[in-house]
Amino acid sequence: MSFHPKMAYDATFHKSSRKLEDEGPPFAYTPENRARFDAIVTRYPPDQRRSAVLPALYLAQHQQGYITANAIRHVAALLGITRADVEDVVSYYTMFYTRPVGKFVINVCRTLSCAVNGAERVTEALRETLRIAPGQTDAAGTFTLVEVECLGACDRAPVVMVNDAWHECLRPEDVPKLVDDLRARGEAALTGCHHVVETAGKAGGAG
Amino acid sequence: MEFEPLLTKHVREPNSFTLDFYLQHGGYDALKAALAKKPDEIIELVKASGLRGRGGAGFPTGMKWQFVDKKIEPRYIVCNADESEPGTFKDHLLMERNPHLLIEGCAIGCYAIGAKVAYIYIRGEFFHLQGNLERAIDDAYAKGFLGKNVLGSGFDCDVYVHRGAGAYEAGEETALLESLEGKRAQPRNKPPFPAVAGLYGKPSAVNNVETLCNVPIIVSRGAEWFASVGPEKNGGPKLYCVSGHVKKPGVFEASMNVTLRELIDGYAGGVRDGRTLKAVIPGGSSVPILMPDQLDTPASFDAIQKAGSLLGSAAIVVLDDTTCMVWLAENLLHFYRHESCGKCTPCREGTDWLYKILQRIERGEGEMRDLDLLNSISGNIAGKTLCAFGDAAVTPVLTTLKHFRHEYEAHIKEGRCTLPADWRARQPVGTH
Repeated sequence: MSFHPKMAYDATFHKSSRKLEDEGPPFAYTPENRARFDAIVTRYPPDQRRSAVLPALYLAQHQQGYITANAIRHVAALLGITRADVEDVVSYYTMFYTRPVGKFVINVCRTLSCAVNGAERVTEALRETLRIAPGQTDAAGTFTLVEVECLGACDRAPVVMVNDAWHECLRPEDVPKLVDDLRARGEAALTGCHHVVETAGKAGGAG
Repeated sequence: MEFEPLLTKHVREPNSFTLDFYLQHGGYDALKAALAKKPDEIIELVKASGLRGRGGAGFPTGMKWQFVDKKIEPRYIVCNADESEPGTFKDHLLMERNPHLLIEGCAIGCYAIGAKVAYIYIRGEFFHLQGNLERAIDDAYAKGFLGKNVLGSGFDCDVYVHRGAGAYEAGEETALLESLEGKRAQPRNKPPFPAVAGLYGKPSAVNNVETLCNVPIIVSRGAEWFASVGPEKNGGPKLYCVSGHVKKPGVFEASMNVTLRELIDGYAGGVRDGRTLKAVIPGGSSVPILMPDQLDTPASFDAIQKAGSLLGSAAIVVLDDTTCMVWLAENLLHFYRHESCGKCTPCREGTDWLYKILQRIERGEGEMRDLDLLNSISGNIAGKTLCAFGDAAVTPVLTTLKHFRHEYEAHIKEGRCTLPADWRARQPVGTH
C-alpha cells in the first residue's frame, strides 16, 4: 500500500474499507455439496451460471463456517467467473462471513419497530451475559453477537435471529436462559416466532 | 359490504400451507381457468381489475405485464420477495402459510406474459421460508401444476426460489435483477425498464409477492368483483402490517376503505394504556409521517398520498408519546447509511453525513445551523440518485424536521435529549 502513512483509512464508514479474506486451508466442496451445487446450477440458463454465486457461497460457508480466499477461488472456478467477481459479491452482502464466527451467531434487530420495543436492552443483556460486544465472538467460539438491520418480523419485536434459520421474540430478562439453553441443547432451544407457533397457542413472547 | 379476507383467510389453520389443504379450498382452479383463456385475455383481465402493485409503488400490474416486450424470447417473471422495507412482514406470512397461492400466481403470470420460468427472490433472512416454498413447489410439480405441459395445456412453467444474502437495496427491482444475475445488488439506470431489458437483458416482469397472490383471486372472481372491493382505483384485498407501539401488532387484511384509525385502534388494539399516539408512519420507513389528526384517512394508495404521505408497502409503524423524533431519524438513518449500496455518491456519502449530524444533535452536541445543513444535504440527495433509495433515505429527516422542528431545537438549546433520560429503558419489552 502506498497510501499516506498517517491517514486513518480504516476509521471511516465505507464499504470499500475491506479486509482481505483469510487464505484458509485448501478448499473443495464435499461430494454432497458438489452434488447440491450441480443441482442448483441447473435452475439458471446454461450461459448464466454466475447466477448461482449466492447459493454456491452459502454452500461454502455452511461447509467451512466462513468464506476464505480458497473458497472464493473454488466457487469462481466452478462458475467460470473471476475471483474478483466472487469477492465483489462476498464483500457486499452482510450474510457472508470472512472471519470465523461462533457456533451460534446471534443477530439482534436494531431497526425502528424493534428499537421502540426495547432492542437496545436485549443487546445490553446479551452483552452482559456473553461478555462480548456486538461484532465480537467469545473466546470459546460458541457465540457471535451482531446488531443487524430490519429482519422483517416487526410484529414480533424485539426480534433476534440465531444463525440463519430462526427468529426469536426475545425479552432482556429471558436472555440468560436462552444462552444457557443454546449451550445445552443447541438449536433445539429455539422456539421460533412464527405464525405457526401462534396458531398452536404457544405465542412465544406475545400474549 | 362485509369484507371477506381472501389472502389470509386460512392462515391460522394448522395445515394451510399444504397442497391438500389448498386443493380442498379451490386451489389451482384459477390456473385451470386461466389456461383456458388466451394470455392476452389474462392481461386484459388484470388491467380491468385495476390491481396495483403491492410492493410499494402501486403501479398497475396489468400495464406492467402489457409493457413486457412479447417479441423477444425468453421472458421472465421475477417475484420480489425481498421484503426489506422496515416495518413490513406481510409477504413473510403469505409465503409461510399460503405458499401455493403465490406459486399459482407465478404460473398464471408466466402464462400471461409468455414466460417459461419464474424466480422467487427471497431475502437471505427468510432461510426458513426457502424449504417451505421449495416443498410446495415440488408438490405442485408432482401434481402437474408446474413443469412441462402444465395440466395438458402445452404450457411449460418452472418456478425456482433464489435466496439473497442480506441487502435492503435488493428490494429495488433492477438491483434485485442484478443480484439474481450473481452480482452486487445495485440499481441499473432506467430506461430501459425491466419490461424491455430485465433479467439477463430479456423482457421481465418484477412483481411483489402480494401482487402475484391477488392474480388467482382476480381470475376466479372476476375483474369487476375485484375492483368493487374498496375505493375506486384502489380495489382488492390489502394486507396491512401494523407494528411499533401497539398492543397487538400483526398482519391484517382489509379493503382499502379501512382507515388508519380502524387499523391502529381496532385491528391492532390501539396504543398501550396510558400512552397517546404521537405519529404514524403509514407505509414503511421511507415515507413521510402522518399526525394523529389524520387518522381518519382511508389507508388506500390515493387517500394516503392526498394526505401527504405514501401507502408504500402498507407497513404502519405506530409511535406513541415516548418516542423522541430526533432519535427516530437517527435510528432510521443508521439503517439507510448501512444499506446504501454505494453506487451513487450523493446517497453513499450523504447518508453518512446525515447520520453523523443527527447523532450529534441527539447527543446534545448540535448547533442551530445543523438544521439547515440537514435540509441542504437532503436536497442534494433526493432526486439525484439512480433509484428511489436516495429519496427514501432523506424522508425520515425531512418529515421529522417538518413536524417536530421544536424537538430538534430543544435538543440543541438544552444540550440533551428532551425526553426523560431513561424513557427507552422504561419501555415495556415484548409485552404485546
